[in-house]
Parts: sequence; structure tokens; C-alpha cells
Amino acid sequence: MAKKILIVGGGLSGTIVANGLCRQLAHQMRQGAVSITVLGTSDKHLYQPGLLYVPFGRIREAELFREQKKVLDRRINFFIDPATHIDVEAKTVSTQSGRSFDYDYLVLATGSRIRPDAVPGMEEGAHWFYDLDGARKLRDALAAFEGGRIVVNVNAPHKCPVAPLEITFMLDEYFKARGLGDKVEITYTYPIGRLHALEPVGKWAVPEFQKLGIKSETFFNTKAVDPKAKKIESEEGVTLDYDLLITIPPHNGAEVIENSGLGKAGWVPTNPKTLHREGSDTVFVVGDTTNIPISKAGSTAHFEADTVVDNIASLITENRWARDYDGKVYCFIETGMNTGTYVWFNYTTPPNPGPPSQMIHWFKLAYNRLYWLSARGLL
Amino acid sequence: MSERTLIDARGAFCPGPLMELIAALKAIEIGEEVEVLSSDKGSADDIPEWVAKVGHEMVGVEEKGDHWSVVVRRAK
Repeated sequence: MAKKILIVGGGLSGTIVANGLCRQLAHQMRQGAVSITVLGTSDKHLYQPGLLYVPFGRIREAELFREQKKVLDRRINFFIDPATHIDVEAKTVSTQSGRSFDYDYLVLATGSRIRPDAVPGMEEGAHWFYDLDGARKLRDALAAFEGGRIVVNVNAPHKCPVAPLEITFMLDEYFKARGLGDKVEITYTYPIGRLHALEPVGKWAVPEFQKLGIKSETFFNTKAVDPKAKKIESEEGVTLDYDLLITIPPHNGAEVIENSGLGKAGWVPTNPKTLHREGSDTVFVVGDTTNIPISKAGSTAHFEADTVVDNIASLITENRWARDYDGKVYCFIETGMNTGTYVWFNYTTPPNPGPPSQMIHWFKLAYNRLYWLSARGLL
Repeated sequence: MSERTLIDARGAFCPGPLMELIAALKAIEIGEEVEVLSSDKGSADDIPEWVAKVGHEMVGVEEKGDHWSVVVRRAK
């Protein structure tokens, strides 16, 4: 009997796992000893970090998408058929079309989604750039903005933890380039008592904000937005006036996770080293779907996916465990339109952002295209 | 006994114990509890300060050898 590997989710981590396994298990697949199936929700693969550039007109929308069938190796069985119920006891996954898939190894890669509807008034009163529709609307709003108070509002939990800082630096440079620097006041709000969850990044951002005249309000967890009065209020009792509100909405995991009883808010309890779903050695969890207390970021998903590929391939071909995930994360940080820096860290090494440079900015722009090699399991 | 969610943030450099606590409180019902394990002494001070400011309930802070256990009950 062929070993069946079932991957739920066709985003970054599900795609890297599928393509990586295909490469490592090519021989077994040719012999019919292994099959790989991906259940996705869309025929398009979106490069999510590219959304950051949309509001500034610095990326073409066509660059953000590829046909998912072409990103996946042709030997993979790919269905656009979202999972509706996951039964880890019976080892079956039911789908929207009414089909049922069984598996020997299951990989949960269902990701996260923004929930602006979770905060009263946020959907009506705020802009965001974490999906294409929101990024397009923000692009139009920025183009029409001639001055006033901008609030960049960060909510927990959210993915891509450096994106809020990046858009803040980019906004500053964008308006200065339009000659509106003295007419625009930017205030950045953050849920905890510093500018970023990573303490070294938070400390690094303080003088950068001072240099640019960007204001900040820490310990700010959004209670409600009043779109008519143009006010945003925090649980901590602070109210800010705004002319343009840009929010990073709170996130949840996928509904199918919660509906299947696999984790509150759609986050699956996951062993931080083995990436097994807690209590199950045939179910792996990758990317935003885990409840591991590290960044929900593309690079986290990528490094986790590499680990899962090695372990599933090793278990099938050598009947042994290959290696643990070490918590590695690597994030570029755009510090304006022409400079960037980066951080990397793992479970035992703290992050340490270096001085921004044009070279790193260029490297990030290059990675925006190199990504498609990562998704194919080549980089 | 209300249900308790455990966050083991020991050694985690990102997003940090308080950020994890804020996220976890959004995922549970009023009256339920979250226990945060943190190797960062700062969390043992920061979390109670934030909990008092926002109006949730501190259940307890305990030093357990090389880490701290902080338990919070969602109150609203």
C-alpha cells in the first residue's frame, strides 16, 4: 500500500512541504509507494509579503500571483477543495465537495486570516494592506491624502511582525517625497510596552522614530473604532483622533481547525521542536497554524516546512527521525523606500538588527522574485 | 474549575510572553484562565501591570526555579 501524505493548505508552507517531499521521495513516487495530495482553497498562489508594496505603487499586482498548479510539482495531486472537517482519530479529512481523504501522514498548513470584524468599527473605519483588496483601497486613500493625522495601529496576534514598522517607515518617506512631510503626523500604536515584540527591534526603532518625528503609543490594544468621529480607542483607556487609520487587524487561524476541535482560534497546539500536533505523531503542523510562541512569518513557515520535509522523508525511507526545528526565523525589514535591514534568531539566539543599508533593501527586492524558487522547493 | 490555556514562552524571543497572553485572552471565554511560563523576569512585572490597567484578573505569579508562572483570568 502506498504511503499517503495529505497536506491541508496550499499557501507558502503547504506548497514548500509538498514540493520538498516530491523531490526527496521522487523514487518512491515513481514506484507508486508514496502519494502526495494537497487540498487548497484557491487556484492562485499569492506572494503575501508583496502586498506591502501595493499601496505605494511599487509592485505590479501580476507579480504577486502564480497559478498554484504551476507552482506545485506536477506529480502532486492538487485539489481546490477546502477541508471542512479533520478527524485525527479516524485519520480522514472531509472536504467542501463531499469527498473524504485518508492519510498516513497529515500536514496542517491552514494558515491565518485577518479579522477586522473582531473589533467594533474597524471594518468600516480602517484601512489595511494584509489582503489585496485592502491594499488597493489603501493605495487609493494614500493617493488622495493631502495631510493630517495617520494612525498605524497594530493588533495581536498578527503575522509578518515587522510589516507594521516597515509600512510606517515607508509612509514617512512616501509623504516626504510628495512634499507633504510637514503636513502629515504619523502615530504608531503597539499592544505591549515597546515598539516591537522583539525587544532588540523595539529598542532599535526608538531612535529611528525620533529621527523621523514619528510618534508612538504603546500598551494600546484596540477596543473600538468610531468611523464617524474618526477616533480609535484602546482597552487601556487612550483615544486617538485620526484622519487616516491603517490597521494591522487581529488574526485567527482557519475555521476548519476550530470547527474540528483541533485548537482554539484556529491555532493547533504543536510541539515546538518536532512540529507534531501535541499528542499525535502522524500529524505535523507548519506555518501560522501552530500555537508556538514565535513569529508568524513566511520565513518561520519556510524553515518549519524544510524540517517537516526532512522528517517525513526520513521516516518513510529510513524509518527514523531526521532533525528537530531550532526555531529559526529570518526577516527582512524595510526601513524606507531605499534602505533595509534584517533580523535572524532561533530558540537560543536573540535577534540583533544591524544598521540599515541599500544593499539589504536590494536583496529584499530580489527575494520578492526569488520567492518563487523557495515555493518550488529549490531555494 | 475553569479551563486553563498554557503558553510556554520560556526562551521565546518573539513575540514575547505579554504579546502571547494578549492573543490567548482573545481566544478564550470570560472566566477562563491563561497560564504563561516565562524565563524573562520582566514578564513577571509587566504582565500584572498590564492586567491591572486593562481590567482582567491576576490569579497569581510564582517563581519556579528558572522561570516564572503567571496566571491570568479573562474578566471582560
